[in-house]
Amino acid sequence: MDMRFTEDDLAFQAEVRSFIDRHWPADVRLARATVPAHGLDRPAEEQAWFDALVARGWSVPNWPLEHGGTDWTPTQRFIWDRETVRAETPQMSVFGVTMLGPILCRWGSVDQQEKFLPPIREARVQWCQGYSEPGAGSDLASLKTTARLDGDHYTVDGEKTWTSGAHVADWMFCLARTSSTNKPQEGISFLLIDMRSPGVEVHPIEILGGQHSVNSVRLDGVRVPVAHRVGEENQGWTYAKALLSHERTGVARVATSGVQLNRVREIAEGQEPSTDGLWQDAGFQRRYRELEIELIGLEMLELRILADLEAGQVPGPESSILKIKGTEIGQRINELMVEALGYYALPYPDELLIDNEGPVGHDHALAALKGWLFSRAWSIYGGSNEVQKNIIARRALGL
Amino acid sequence: MDFSFSDEQTLLQDSIEKFIQNDYAFDARQRVVREEQGFSSDNWRTFAELGWLGVPFPEADGGFGGTAIESMIMSEQFGKGLVVEPFLATVVLAGGALKIGGSASQKEKYLAGVMDGSLQGALAYAEPQGRFNLADLTTTASPEGDGYVINGYKAVVMNGPSADFLVVSCRTGGGQRDADGVSLFVLPADTEGVARRDYPTVDAFRASEVTLENVRVGSDALIGEEGKGLAILEQVVDEAILAVGAEAVGCMEVLYKTTVEYCKTREQFGQPIGKFQVLQHRMVDMFMEHEQAKSLMYMAAMRLDEGYGPEAQKAVSAFKVQVGKSGRFVGQNAVQLHGGMGMTEELNVGHYFKRLTMIDTLFGNVDFHLKRFGSL
Repeated sequence: MDMRFTEDDLAFQAEVRSFIDRHWPADVRLARATVPAHGLDRPAEEQAWFDALVARGWSVPNWPLEHGGTDWTPTQRFIWDRETVRAETPQMSVFGVTMLGPILCRWGSVDQQEKFLPPIREARVQWCQGYSEPGAGSDLASLKTTARLDGDHYTVDGEKTWTSGAHVADWMFCLARTSSTNKPQEGISFLLIDMRSPGVEVHPIEILGGQHSVNSVRLDGVRVPVAHRVGEENQGWTYAKALLSHERTGVARVATSGVQLNRVREIAEGQEPSTDGLWQDAGFQRRYRELEIELIGLEMLELRILADLEAGQVPGPESSILKIKGTEIGQRINELMVEALGYYALPYPDELLIDNEGPVGHDHALAALKGWLFSRAWSIYGGSNEVQKNIIARRALGL
Repeated sequence: MDFSFSDEQTLLQDSIEKFIQNDYAFDARQRVVREEQGFSSDNWRTFAELGWLGVPFPEADGGFGGTAIESMIMSEQFGKGLVVEPFLATVVLAGGALKIGGSASQKEKYLAGVMDGSLQGALAYAEPQGRFNLADLTTTASPEGDGYVINGYKAVVMNGPSADFLVVSCRTGGGQRDADGVSLFVLPADTEGVARRDYPTVDAFRASEVTLENVRVGSDALIGEEGKGLAILEQVVDEAILAVGAEAVGCMEVLYKTTVEYCKTREQFGQPIGKFQVLQHRMVDMFMEHEQAKSLMYMAAMRLDEGYGPEAQKAVSAFKVQVGKSGRFVGQNAVQLHGGMGMTEELNVGHYFKRLTMIDTLFGNVDFHLKRFGSL
């Protein structure tokens, strides 16, 4: 047993760090840190970062080499994720790179791979995910959007909801029902829909945290070429499920939580309303240290799973813990950050972001508030934490 | 990065696991607990014969040169079996103090006997007023002739009743809570002036209140340098926290698994109670608490093996905090989900619960180690 990285991994880590220092320098980092996290705009310095990734061949590290990915080991990928999160670099689109890319690499036709993969790799296209529906949340397999085969096209009718980024997306990967004769899971197909197709209508949903990031999407007689169906008809559920297991360790948000915990400390140390600063307050210290320790435990679990992957083993059921614990810890850190702000947890002057006047109160105040509000979504999306517990009860405990 | 055990480590784990399965089933353990001395001398001989008592000691001292990982592996298995034989008191605590600070002649005199099973030891470090502060000492050792005379009182000395030798922390200088001026002495337990009041503990171990009245020892009883004993004591206790915490992790594993099995078979309202989602989620929480504690256990063991210092101390305190919290949660909910049966002395569940709860107190509870973690 030894938790240290190998010499090779340490050399890789140094290489990654110097790449980040060159292409995402500290002054840019600092300026961006005070802007709320979920903006879908793309300022010039972010584009420059993506361009540097593409030029270096590091924009889609999780893809196979032949599709422009890397042959990084699980540890190298872990190091990459951790370092970029710690440096708060912009992240490549999770929908295109993490979710759709691996599916197309594995099940897409050659034509589909040639058409769709390069724009994702080069950060030239935005994808969104058409899974959830008003009547199909945790119970995704009950989805009702239909795709009727009509010659060489499907006609798609239905409504998708909670669709992040649909308003800026060029394409949507979408689950639609192509058969209702068997089990609900067995009649679903995986379709790629051009968002400019006639019949696609995007309506914003305002959510806590304020950004326009999620939408409802009406699909009204939308024509989708059969050539844009991935894999076999009625097998879409299988592909979508495989996709969910692609990312095991990222869901723990360990590096993100570490960055945020440091920010909590910065805020607390800066608050000196009396001779007893908040940082010295015993109650505050206690909660801070508890979170710090839980985060160390979670990071160790992540490393344990990483070591399994590195050894070519399938991680055990303990990997299901990552999402639950990771989101819970993250939410509590966000909560503590808001508490640390004291009275400046109240001002919410969203428009100041636009006129460059800067936030009211602490530099990070507005980002903290928005982050805290949005963090409530973490335990809901991607399979709510309650559903995750059902999964652990069944798979790990045999209940 | 590698979280797997070596072949030797796996063998060690398997041999203890086998012993517990074959010779230490719960009813056998309960018979041992009811014996006069509170543990089985036969079992202790077996531990010696299998070489377990020598695992943590350097090869130069006649041991097997085991690391913190070995200590963790052994203790986790002992925890699964709720083993009451005084491995912690004799090997980890009293033996540990000599391993870290003992002279060649002290090691020869005591460690050889620890390893071959002929000597039992105890570390008398706690005092009634000191709570978990290792430096808070009113027991004194004053120079006299070419030795010392010790006077004072030591609280809840684990394995005190069976100990052949004691390692005692005393003040040889400085104020009551000063870091400097703490000295450790090793002496035969039957030295004149040593008096004990023996009792069982709530988790079925044996302990003593120890009075030291004009106890005369030679200068060869001093472990390490005079006044510099706190560093030794801190390291011994941190290594003991890893051991006792690993025991707790073993206890938690047994408890969550036992609870799952019970809920699969116990029927109420016409179905196994494990079908109820509220109980399923509780058991998932127990499972997660165990895993979280296990992760921090690995962290603590590996940090200790990287070298003793603030990083290791921090990891040990983090582990102890998690053990305290997880242990309570798993222990209490195991009792709760077993219903009335969980309250009985007959079922093993309550005994694991008691041990887990006492482990939180040993060497400093959650509150104490949260503070220590923050101060490092």
